[in-house]
Amino acid sequence: MDISLPSFLAAIAVMAAPLVLAALGETLTEKAGVVNLSLDGTIVLSAMTGFVVASRSESLTLGFVAAALTGCAVAALLAVIGVWLNQSQVAAGFALTFLCRDLAYFLGSPYARQQGPQLATLPVPFFSDIPFFGKVLFSHSLIVYASFLAIPCCIYFLYHTRHGLLLRTAGENPEGCWARGINPQTVRIIATMTGGTLVGLAGAAFSLAVKPGWGQPQGCEGIGWIALALVIFGSWHPLRVVAGAYLFGMLQLLGIYFQDSFPTIPAQIFQVAPFPLMIFTLILIHLSSNRKNRITRLFSGNPPKWLGRAYRRS
Amino acid sequence: MIELTNIHKTFGKVHALTGVNLKAEAGTIHGIVGENGAGKSTLMKVLTGFIGRSGGEILFQGQKVRLDSPKDALRLGIGMLYQEPLDFPQLSVLDNFMAGRAVFAPVEARTELARLAATFGFTLHPDNRVEELTIGERQQLELLRLIGDGARLLILDEPTTGISKEQQDLLFTALGKLKTDGATILLVSHKLEEIDLLCDTVTVLRHGRVAATRQRPFDRDALLQAMFDSLPEPQAPPEPKRGGIPVLEFEKVTGSGGRSGLQKVSITIRAGEVVGLAGIDGSGQGIFLKIACGLVPPESGRILRFGAPLQGKAKETGRTTVFLPADRLGEGLFPGMTVREHHLLAAPGSALITSATGLTVSRRAIATHSIKGQPETAVEDLSGGNQQRLLLSFIPDGVRLILMENPTRGLDVHSAAWTWRHLHSRLHADGAIVFASPDLEELMSQASRIVVFYNGKIVLDTPTRATDYQRLSRAITGQIDPVGTC
Repeated sequence: MDISLPSFLAAIAVMAAPLVLAALGETLTEKAGVVNLSLDGTIVLSAMTGFVVASRSESLTLGFVAAALTGCAVAALLAVIGVWLNQSQVAAGFALTFLCRDLAYFLGSPYARQQGPQLATLPVPFFSDIPFFGKVLFSHSLIVYASFLAIPCCIYFLYHTRHGLLLRTAGENPEGCWARGINPQTVRIIATMTGGTLVGLAGAAFSLAVKPGWGQPQGCEGIGWIALALVIFGSWHPLRVVAGAYLFGMLQLLGIYFQDSFPTIPAQIFQVAPFPLMIFTLILIHLSSNRKNRITRLFSGNPPKWLGRAYRRS
Repeated sequence: MIELTNIHKTFGKVHALTGVNLKAEAGTIHGIVGENGAGKSTLMKVLTGFIGRSGGEILFQGQKVRLDSPKDALRLGIGMLYQEPLDFPQLSVLDNFMAGRAVFAPVEARTELARLAATFGFTLHPDNRVEELTIGERQQLELLRLIGDGARLLILDEPTTGISKEQQDLLFTALGKLKTDGATILLVSHKLEEIDLLCDTVTVLRHGRVAATRQRPFDRDALLQAMFDSLPEPQAPPEPKRGGIPVLEFEKVTGSGGRSGLQKVSITIRAGEVVGLAGIDGSGQGIFLKIACGLVPPESGRILRFGAPLQGKAKETGRTTVFLPADRLGEGLFPGMTVREHHLLAAPGSALITSATGLTVSRRAIATHSIKGQPETAVEDLSGGNQQRLLLSFIPDGVRLILMENPTRGLDVHSAAWTWRHLHSRLHADGAIVFASPDLEELMSQASRIVVFYNGKIVLDTPTRATDYQRLSRAITGQIDPVGTC
């Protein structure tokens, strides 16, 4: 096995790509004040939809579009219940996560363990020849490039556009939003659906690229919860959230490497270990960042004031 | 500039506004005064489109306007500065300034903010987070934002509460400047000195109706008379008792909470006294009660209860002191639990709970306190009066200090009378009752001593017999020099 540094980093980039997309999607949603707990189920469902549509139509593009629409639709459902109808976002999210997962297993069962299309790597001409960085950044499939691009786009959108500002105001103080002539409900619904679209893409990134194929389990289960945890520990700042995603990708990869090195230890240990390790690491980071120095302050943040709270006009 | 004709607003059966007429010209400051609940805030919310009106016409610059949402109002150039700034604390000053604008242009907005701030002499750093600002600075930012967005009619709701003297001076200068520039300003206030200083015209609201409209110069006494109901002479207040042992002593106690917090308040309340706390909402009386019962720790100062310093532990309250909050269902009771379950909680006793436990207590309490309900009635199904009786029934024997907020809020005359008879009967020989009330009549008829709070300080402390309605209403609106620590 090739364990040179560039290939290790490149593997992390691939491993973390879906998580980056999902965590950014949830960051957008939560910045607008909505908690979308349906993440984990949505990823499984859109992984299934993406795989099935891509196999049937023999078009990877259609597969990704279908997965994105699935994510968007689930988020829309959550937005209707949790924002429009002012019901508990947490309860709706939980119900949806299990509904989506089981629906995926049920509807997807005829396609389990079948051969399907897979996104090919597409090295960027010229750039991929740059030593070190060429391997790490420019020798991937399109969805990995998309995960790279999503990071600056997300930051630019949130902090440097009018709509990004509106999104943040809706999560911070919907009443203030309303007083400025903007309907916070609309902002919240659109933000939730946009976030859901990214989560849907994350699902397809699994079934069509990172862990190609469909089955029960698919292998992407649990990632949604990690994405949710990342948003919290990342203090709702896209950069910190993404850093967490890459950290988790690294832990998962180390698990795979160690599995080969220590064949006597049950494989399950290596598969599960990243989850508790991740939570442990995040807690450590979180505790250390409470000490105020300039660098940690730069990325520190608090939850949006109205996170998870319904807004009813007086 | 703006003309309101026959404005009505109803919430269910409650008439918040009845036939309100108001006319304000460009280049003037128009004051709107009234007691708590007189309808000032409702009227302003109607004007900004925050809530719809039930009837009436609004003419803005001669045109009939609908005003269904804040968006309508903003488009017309109507902007409001809310008492609690409706801003985004975790966002930067610049983001707050830009939020809601149609065009996102940070560079231009930064220049504009700096220019506007300089015009009015405000100092605002565009990159600071708003949560780091004082209320006064947040207000300045909101004002600049509204002006930047082109507001020609500015509504200010109690703009001077919680801001420093310097900020107040800056604000008043700014308002004067805006007036000269031809803007219309509606100033909602309960401070008559501000009205005197700034306004050209004043409208007095009482119970949702216009009680008076006056032109400058104002006759303060006439305004006060219009603001408050005229009352019959108070029924003989309880005889003040002198020389009892101290029950509650505050020494230079400072605390935060409410609008103005509590600032270096010293007072001694003795056994046998029924003390009424008066003041506009949030002037310090609410936080005084919370600190006295140990719910909120003071920031500084010393508190003695029954001669012993207050430790701030839960168990020392309860047996000797009770606090009955104004928000009965929200703070006093557990909605969703039954009357019996509440008695179980209130009763000292064993860890084991059976269905029979508390039933006897509950039945007895229902009978002795004439609560219209059953032991298994959920508390939220009780009427306001019965909720208050239920709360009163929790007061254990031997309680020496009863602290209450608005004891008869929302009660009908009958329930209110019952509550007070009950309270006087519960007054311990070595204890005292301290209550806050917005109702002057209640204060005059039930308290033996009245303490008036204004901006977190005690401005008047007098035996009920030695004061009158006129003097109280003047003190409540801040027209007595602070006596400080008395």
